[in-house]
Amino acid sequence: MAGSARVAAAALITALLATACSQGSATRTEEPAAGGKVTLRYFTFSAAPDHVKDLDTIVAAFEKENPTVDVQVETAPYDQYFTKLQTSIAGQTAPDTFELNYENFVTYAGAGSLLDLGTAGGDTDTSGYAPESLNAFKHEGKQFALPASFSTVVLLYNKDLFEKAGVPLPTADWTWEDEKAAAEKLTAKGVFGDFQPVTFFEFYKALKQAGGEFMGGGKSTFNSPEGVKAAKWLVDKVGKTMPTEAEIGGTADYDTNLFKSGKLAMWHNGIWQFAGLKDVPFQWDVVVEPGDTQKASAVFHNSVAASATTKHPREAYAWAKFLSGSNVAATTRIASSWELPPVSDQSVLAGYLKDPVPANRQAVFDSLKSIALPPVIARQQEMQDAVTQELTEAAAGRKSVEEALTEAASKVDALLG
Amino acid sequence: MTLTEAPPQTAAKQPVRPPRKRLRYALTVAVFLLPSAVPLLLFTLIPMAGSLWTSLHEWNLITPMKWVGLDNYAYLLGSEETRAAFGHTLYFIAGYLPLVYAGGLGLAMLLNRAMKGRDIFRAIYFLPVVTSWVVVALLWKWLLNPASGIVNWAIGLVGLQGPGWWTDPDWAMPSIILASAWKDLGFVMIILLAGLQAIPKEYIEAARVDGANAWQRFRRITLPLLSPSTFFVVVISLINGFQVFDQVHVMTGGGPAGATQVVVEQVYNLTFKYGRAGEASALSWLLFAVVLVVTLVQVRGQRRWVNYG
Repeated sequence: MAGSARVAAAALITALLATACSQGSATRTEEPAAGGKVTLRYFTFSAAPDHVKDLDTIVAAFEKENPTVDVQVETAPYDQYFTKLQTSIAGQTAPDTFELNYENFVTYAGAGSLLDLGTAGGDTDTSGYAPESLNAFKHEGKQFALPASFSTVVLLYNKDLFEKAGVPLPTADWTWEDEKAAAEKLTAKGVFGDFQPVTFFEFYKALKQAGGEFMGGGKSTFNSPEGVKAAKWLVDKVGKTMPTEAEIGGTADYDTNLFKSGKLAMWHNGIWQFAGLKDVPFQWDVVVEPGDTQKASAVFHNSVAASATTKHPREAYAWAKFLSGSNVAATTRIASSWELPPVSDQSVLAGYLKDPVPANRQAVFDSLKSIALPPVIARQQEMQDAVTQELTEAAAGRKSVEEALTEAASKVDALLG
Repeated sequence: MTLTEAPPQTAAKQPVRPPRKRLRYALTVAVFLLPSAVPLLLFTLIPMAGSLWTSLHEWNLITPMKWVGLDNYAYLLGSEETRAAFGHTLYFIAGYLPLVYAGGLGLAMLLNRAMKGRDIFRAIYFLPVVTSWVVVALLWKWLLNPASGIVNWAIGLVGLQGPGWWTDPDWAMPSIILASAWKDLGFVMIILLAGLQAIPKEYIEAARVDGANAWQRFRRITLPLLSPSTFFVVVISLINGFQVFDQVHVMTGGGPAGATQVVVEQVYNLTFKYGRAGEASALSWLLFAVVLVVTLVQVRGQRRWVNYG
């Protein structure tokens, strides 16, 4: 009898332990750290892998100024970031502060997930920010996030390949025609002339370059002659001056590696690539992307927001403000060619031009003269996926460009409801 | 005694206990069940109830849930995407099930004979079964890489052009079927091997004496006597087939162009990519209903063909 009672007790304890464990992981309680320190979590996609150290520099400077706060950085790659963020909000383990890009800001602000930073800190000085950046992260008149960085897409090119093929270097006056002609001459055995992903993001920009609009009046308007021209511009490169999907074979960072190994002449990509190209064994430079009827460059805006459920709103605001508006943050971003700080002080930005590689850094600022902002809707991810999928179909030759755009437009209209 | 209506044979087997002892017995049983009942409750039954509740709401994970009743089910039943997802899942099963069964049976027959290194081969064929799906899927993704994979390289050696495999909508599902059949072959083999070994040698002997040739012995003796194992394999493989996810998620993510968008992949995308957790939960319940019906039909239908000798 005593034996079975002991077994029963052991089993009961095991069961209780199992319950306790599962509870421990489900509800993370935030205890104040030793010595009255506040632990503040920050979740980001733009730091890893190239700029973790730069973020650490900013964190260290912040902690020096705010000795009672301990900032804990968590990173995730962009393609997993929003899944993790969403899930952590649903699971009530949202980080105190997190990065949001312009495209996703509306979804989170509209959902009530964000802390109103305009009132959280009691200090409302926003004079250091470029006003257009600040306005991009307002929702219904409230400042739900502070602009932290921005970046643009330019045309990167391998100077050595151009000289070897005897093709004149790209200039700011180039149009699609010039790019196409050069790409054809540059494409040779083992070398691709051009690389521009066939995606939603390239399409809305190319559409603007062709003089079209993505949507208007609550309906999609990209299934137009300009839309067809823009889609053809992207799709027609595939298999001619650019590798096909089968050749890419789903390899991660295929284009980055292609360019770095000197096998790609022209590359449409963002200025966040600069730091990674420091040690390539060839000469390269950048130029504002060629346009069609007009110039239009893609601008990506990232911000820092705080969770509506954070237990430390004051600290969260202080960190958000420091990460986005402090001098340390701005100079760190510039010195490491991370993205650009959205400051109103032009002399801070001028520091960006000091770095000698790439020589034509001025193109980054020139690209800001005519920009194309991505269309943003509530069901953003579905819209992006639908457009990319239809364009991919056309690129693989399974649909005509016209069919693909008609399909994409009807899908987007359905999402707009 | 309150249990007098129990069938006499059970009552005869179990010692009759006085009520106090019976309570004690029940308690002991309960305590022994607890370690598995608690996780079952916590990690299966409560989440299932939660998903049923979610399926009646509109929920994007970041805003509070909104009650919509059966709207999610109504939407899914009329949606082209749902039809496509079930279609792709059935396509997967139609390719996977025959392949894995025929392959597993062939291997089992082969390894049921006395041969050198038999145990080693059995272990080798079972190895993929105990390997993580992510590892296997990445391995096959690499093998079937259209540009640099070893399979297309081998096809190239004989002067042919290999297909685009998982980058081509027409070949993506066959690629996944191939990888899935390869991984599960060992499992089917082990079950059928056990079944084969349970068949008395005398029957085969007798058939041989009666002049039955190899095919007739296989068709008339082995196959019917193997039917309980076959039934088990088919039921398990069908359930697994309806739930196919890991390999799809790793190899194609439902693409290219949605060609491998199976039901569970759709559930994943709806929840985690598109913030449509309510519809995703409803879709899981639709899948549950389909699997339940299919399994019930099989259990009923087994009387016609499963031979418990």
